[in-house]
Amino acid sequence: MLYDIIIIGGGVVGCAIARHLSRFNLKIALLEKEADIAMGTTKANSGVVHAGYAAEREYIKRNLSIRGNKLYTQAWEELHFPFQRIGSFVIALEDQEIKDLEDLRKKGIQDGVPGLELILDKEKIRHMEPNLTNEIVGVLHAPTAGIVSPYELAFALAENAAMNGVQFFRNHEVIKIKHTEYEFTVNTVGRNEFKTRNLINAAGLYSSQISRMLGLDYFDIMPRKGEYIIFDRNAIHLNKILFPTPTKVSKGILVCPTMHGNTFVGPNAQNLNDPEDLSTSEAGLKEILEGGRRLVPNLPARSSIRNFAGLRAVPNTQDFIIDNTDVYGFINVGGILSPGLTSCFAIAEKVQEFLELLGVVLKVKENYNPHRPKPEIFKEFSKEELDQKIKEDPAWGRIICRCEYIPEKEILNAIRSPVGATTVDGVKFRCRPGMGRCQGGFCRPRVIEILARELKLPYEQITKRGEDTTYLIGRTKDMIQNEIEKGEKEE
Amino acid sequence: MKNYEIDVAIVGSGGAGLAAAIEVKKAGLGVLIIERDRELGGITLQCIHNGFGLHEFGEELTGPEYVQRFINEVKKLEIPYLLDTMVIEFTRDKVLYAVNNKEGLIKIQAKAIILAMGCRERTRGAINIPGFRPSGIYTAGQAQRFVNVEGYLPGKTYVILGSGDIGMIMARRLIFEGCQVKAVVEINPYASGLIRNQVQCLEDYNIPLILGYTVTKIHGRDRLQGVSIAKIDTNFDRVIGTERFIECDTLLLSVGLIPENELTLQAGASLSKNGGPVVDNNLETTIDGVFASGNVLQVHDLVDMVSAEAKRAGQNAIEYINTRHGKDVKRRNQINVVPGENVNYIKPDLVNRSDLSKEIIFTLRVKFPDRRVQIQLKDETGRTFYTKNKVYVIPSEMIELKINLEKSNVNPDCKKIQLDIMPRPEVLVEEEE
Repeated sequence: MLYDIIIIGGGVVGCAIARHLSRFNLKIALLEKEADIAMGTTKANSGVVHAGYAAEREYIKRNLSIRGNKLYTQAWEELHFPFQRIGSFVIALEDQEIKDLEDLRKKGIQDGVPGLELILDKEKIRHMEPNLTNEIVGVLHAPTAGIVSPYELAFALAENAAMNGVQFFRNHEVIKIKHTEYEFTVNTVGRNEFKTRNLINAAGLYSSQISRMLGLDYFDIMPRKGEYIIFDRNAIHLNKILFPTPTKVSKGILVCPTMHGNTFVGPNAQNLNDPEDLSTSEAGLKEILEGGRRLVPNLPARSSIRNFAGLRAVPNTQDFIIDNTDVYGFINVGGILSPGLTSCFAIAEKVQEFLELLGVVLKVKENYNPHRPKPEIFKEFSKEELDQKIKEDPAWGRIICRCEYIPEKEILNAIRSPVGATTVDGVKFRCRPGMGRCQGGFCRPRVIEILARELKLPYEQITKRGEDTTYLIGRTKDMIQNEIEKGEKEE
Repeated sequence: MKNYEIDVAIVGSGGAGLAAAIEVKKAGLGVLIIERDRELGGITLQCIHNGFGLHEFGEELTGPEYVQRFINEVKKLEIPYLLDTMVIEFTRDKVLYAVNNKEGLIKIQAKAIILAMGCRERTRGAINIPGFRPSGIYTAGQAQRFVNVEGYLPGKTYVILGSGDIGMIMARRLIFEGCQVKAVVEINPYASGLIRNQVQCLEDYNIPLILGYTVTKIHGRDRLQGVSIAKIDTNFDRVIGTERFIECDTLLLSVGLIPENELTLQAGASLSKNGGPVVDNNLETTIDGVFASGNVLQVHDLVDMVSAEAKRAGQNAIEYINTRHGKDVKRRNQINVVPGENVNYIKPDLVNRSDLSKEIIFTLRVKFPDRRVQIQLKDETGRTFYTKNKVYVIPSEMIELKINLEKSNVNPDCKKIQLDIMPRPEVLVEEEE
């Protein structure tokens, strides 16, 4: 089969492109190297939809993020992913930082960022965010900034794209690309071969490697690690996204609520060579706690429930790389670091422009459905609705995750949805069992049991996030039995 | 929506919930047990080792044998119970909302409630171990469930962080399965579980217990490949140069248990520093008619003690229904009980002034081990009115004291009682316990 378009990479950018293009009459496939989509940079970042004032004016990412922020409203109405415009504070702790904030405000307003406001009244600031330090001098308030669950956004995009005909191939790492005059032949692990007229590279940390497979080495990607700590829901509650005043290098360590009521602190920034090094370090965790405490002194270190690290795909050009390359039909979408999550819908629009330049016929399908049904969530039901739901399907009444109140039904939905979960992490990131304070202590055996049943696999083949991450090595007594048998043979 | 009206609702059916239910039923009151798992018995069901029942039955039983005796009694007494049923809301006026897959939403109006939800394990996130996040990291109790209940092995070679009882018991259990346990690593200079487990589970099987060390890094991107451990100084800082790598495919965490009180908080009851609810000497929380017992109140050494405490909660719930329920009898006049020198926590948190003439059971744990100590009770003026000598104290052994405060000459108008564990004053003749 010859595809019109193949997208390499199932992060939020690849999925946004897939979903955007799924409206057109095109045969589209998406190839992802991991066992699930959204498992790279998308899974481990701050989940902030920036207002758009932060990126420098000389970069395309400034306009894409301002546009991208606006596009969230419609996408949210269509796709129902967890998103809320709670607003952000950039915080000045010293008098001279006010000047920087004023500069950000002025330029932001000129470029169309709505509602930017410099607040110097400490009473007012502390009323809006009581957890802030007493040391504040002033804040830049950006009311259109929001928080989003980035992986749930990617799942929503993928689901909707799949509903509209995009084919998703997970566990399909691209190892070779051959270009002939009219088409690309893409080889993946498992000796699969795909043919396509156009190829879009949204491979994130690996985008420069993919580009090099076609002889294009005009940019480099450097992984930059950011570490995070996430706190129990009961420990602290924030109203706003809290940034320090930015420096040239970074937006700094922020303290921020999540869409599920937790609070996190992070990220720091450490340049690496290894795009797989997701380890956290003692020094790094200390650094982010100290950084966060400058803004929120009562960060509840003792109530942390998880630490993790994510990698940003930092391009040597410092800006997003979105272009039609010298290889006709090959579009690079690389170096999408912050504000890439904010920009994903605008990036997808940009890709459409490049496809038009390539002469791809973009005709909207008659049966295109931009709506992905709102996921049904136990916790959001009223008592009457809940009673009714359980009567319709008893799986609503069987609670699997005790910390987050996740019933079996939500787990089944996560597995059975288009591009559904096939791993324990896939279930966890879609509907949250194991995200709570017990971190799966009680529910993991039950989740493994449900996955095994649904996927018709033995327990030993259920993995955390794909091959080599199994949980169980075999039945009890097997090892002893093997030793006995070995002994008998030797005798 | 299904409605129940009942004298006493009991949340949880482990060693605490079952014992409390039997106590209440025997007094002729109506009782309903609500259990979130698929069978009665709670976490003791996965504790297939022996050592249970010596106090309660005068014989040595395994965990399942121990709870089965209570389950048999529950069935004989025809006590109703709901399985696979999760309480999702708990209000101050003693209404519980629960769900299960058979009856849908269930509303339970009780006269009294006994909380018996037990505890949960501390996780890797809670102690913030840096490194990768591979598969192969389990809490000890989770591994115990996989091995003893589901019948699966999590791995071949193990390191166990923390010397809690479940960790030490799992170390021995895994040896029985032909696995290798390379070390039990404990941050404190002493084991945090019972001495009997240290001897019977580690020493008897030559499993090294490495004291004063902790895991400082997790290795392995996919499946765990090993851990780094390092010596920790008295400030809990890593001692440079002591780090070493241990290869293993599985890490078990046995780093503490936390009473599970999300529901208690939801109802608006106060919690104390140990994570359990604030209770008076009748195990009654700050909400009238709501009692707590077992590991939801404080983590116990043995299930026998859990059952004993739960019986008291049951008796007190009966007493509450017979004397105070529906009447405007409020508990106002209470004395605060506070932990002092080398006391991690003490229960109860409050003593009713009207109960000063009764024998009151105090339970407490120390912060660190000590020898030749004196337990002292003082009022807010600093006057010591009760002392008791002990040869040794260690955090893993709960201390239980039965004290009649009136007979001990407490000032009946005092506001506060503080319990200190002090070095024993020098005396010529020693009265040792």
